[in-house]
Amino acid sequence: MATWFRTIRLSIKSLLLHPLRSSLTVLGIFIGVCSVIWLLALGEGIGTAAQEQIASLGAQNIIVRTIKPSSDEFEDGGYGLTRADYVRLITTIPTIDEALPIREVGREFRNQTRYFEGRLVGCSPEYATVTRLDLDRGRFLTGVDLKQERNLCVLAAESAQRLFPFENPLGESIMVGRNFYTVVGVLKPRAPSAGIGGSFAAEDYSLDVYIPITTMWRRDGDMEIVTKPGTFQRDLFELSQITLRVDDRENVLATADVIRDTISADHTMRDFGMTVPLELLQQAHTTRLMFILFLGLIAAISLVVGGIGIMNIMLATVTERTREIGIRRALGAKRRDIVRQFVVESVVLSVVGGLFGILGGVFCRPLSVAIRGELYRQFPKMMNDLPELIRTVEPILVSWSVPLAFAISVGVGVVFGVYPAMRAAQLDPIEALRHE
Amino acid sequence: MRKEYSLGGETVHAIQGISFEVPVGDYISIMGPSGSGKSTLLNILGCLDRPTSGSYLLSGDDVRQMSDDQLAETRATRIGFVFQSYNLLPALSVVENIEVPLYYSGKISAARRTRCLELAEMVGLSDRLAHRPAQLSGGQQQRVAIARSLVNDPRFILADEPTGNLDSTTTGEILDLMQQLNSEGRTIIVVTHESEVAERTKRSIVLRDGKIMDDKRHM
Repeated sequence: MATWFRTIRLSIKSLLLHPLRSSLTVLGIFIGVCSVIWLLALGEGIGTAAQEQIASLGAQNIIVRTIKPSSDEFEDGGYGLTRADYVRLITTIPTIDEALPIREVGREFRNQTRYFEGRLVGCSPEYATVTRLDLDRGRFLTGVDLKQERNLCVLAAESAQRLFPFENPLGESIMVGRNFYTVVGVLKPRAPSAGIGGSFAAEDYSLDVYIPITTMWRRDGDMEIVTKPGTFQRDLFELSQITLRVDDRENVLATADVIRDTISADHTMRDFGMTVPLELLQQAHTTRLMFILFLGLIAAISLVVGGIGIMNIMLATVTERTREIGIRRALGAKRRDIVRQFVVESVVLSVVGGLFGILGGVFCRPLSVAIRGELYRQFPKMMNDLPELIRTVEPILVSWSVPLAFAISVGVGVVFGVYPAMRAAQLDPIEALRHE
Repeated sequence: MRKEYSLGGETVHAIQGISFEVPVGDYISIMGPSGSGKSTLLNILGCLDRPTSGSYLLSGDDVRQMSDDQLAETRATRIGFVFQSYNLLPALSVVENIEVPLYYSGKISAARRTRCLELAEMVGLSDRLAHRPAQLSGGQQQRVAIARSLVNDPRFILADEPTGNLDSTTTGEILDLMQQLNSEGRTIIVVTHESEVAERTKRSIVLRDGKIMDDKRHM
């Protein structure tokens, strides 16, 4: 033990004889270890963000959504999910706990002179829990609202802000088309969730207005006519989405197959798409593993480069200190004493680099925020073109990356130190003593 | 004892059959022109090298049969080296230089540390303990080297031209020191080509072309 301690002290002393050389070598390992921790943290951050988005769809849910088919596939007969589909699903599949019919249309909302274009969502009371909407004020829609087809609405946070920037919206009325709806509730802001039906665009809930779906059917019907200067578009569809909740996570995948078959039987056009968040979660898990593996590989390369730096320096040191080796051998040092001295020296280099690297890695979160802020200032255009996920990613320190990085840095020191040390030990003491 | 080298495809017979005995407590000088095999003999005597044939018995142990580790151990515990060019480690202070052999004999302890200080005092350097070798004169450096050679208390001291780089005054001082060590009972072998050094020893062996030319005892 004492021998090791002395050897370590001796090696620190020798390394301090060449401060610049030693610190440059340390820098190589520092960068390697730092990049291991950073890249793992970034991978974890991106993976977690993606998983959170998917998980916010609900792992027990299956989402079936209307997709507008290409125009040559349909004429005037309408398309998409129907009320009949909805009824068939809930009556024939026993593993489905709940099914929510949803219809979404683009609308202009007005409160006197204020207006905005947003999404009118016809839905049922369970919609709030299934899509995890939180109430800020008032209440959400109820079963009675649906049964009585009441003219009520609930505003998303942003919608409320647009129409009622200064007053309390509860009890006020908003105008949608020719109809008036009384505001009974306002929601808290909600983060966008992952895209549905294979699209990568996240679903945004910020400009929504929710009304009972029964009211929507009675007042709006199934026909959508969009007229804009130069275009006239007519859409006929009954439901835009059915969100189904399966009774048990185990049954999700099997149920999804049954649902697909059930709906396909009645649809000749490809006018619906299915999203199974659980499937996406599993995919995301695989993607994340690959991502971490890939980033780890890059980090490993930089560590190897750092290790080669150590080896290079140690080889130079051995040549330079041939005489010292000869003296030590003449004074009774065994080969393994020489090996130990040089291996310890390279391990000290790599461990110091590793410790600084860990320090740099632990502060990756504030550092990355600072770097991103600086990039925004310097290249705002480029930053805004980046995908959302990359722009907002928060690195999450992976707890095992710190001991891993440390172990790797010790390993690099040993692996890349052994060869130069062996060379040193193999020197003939007589030759080494004669060396100038 | 013989030693052969293979040098550039030719076999060099550096030592061509010599035989001598060194009784404990003797003080011997080995002389000879360059190329006479002095250095080779010294390397073998110092257990840095092994004879090609014949045997070298060090207190009855055959050095030719020793492994590399055993040689190193023998160097560490039974032999003290003094070199012409001092061979101190430039990065270490005087005390640390004296301590180095202790690392390799495994005898390092507080008592041994005290002995380092005593040795430094004996060679007259107790006021320069923290100096680096480069800050010392040649004579002082050689005295550090002598102190270093004594730290493991070897019975046998080998000196390779210990005064080769020194002026006559310091040479005298170093020779006095070696004589003192010999009078304490240590066996000393000095390789030199200065006859004034040889005259201070008890016995001179002269080598030429790898053979013993002359072996005479002084009074």
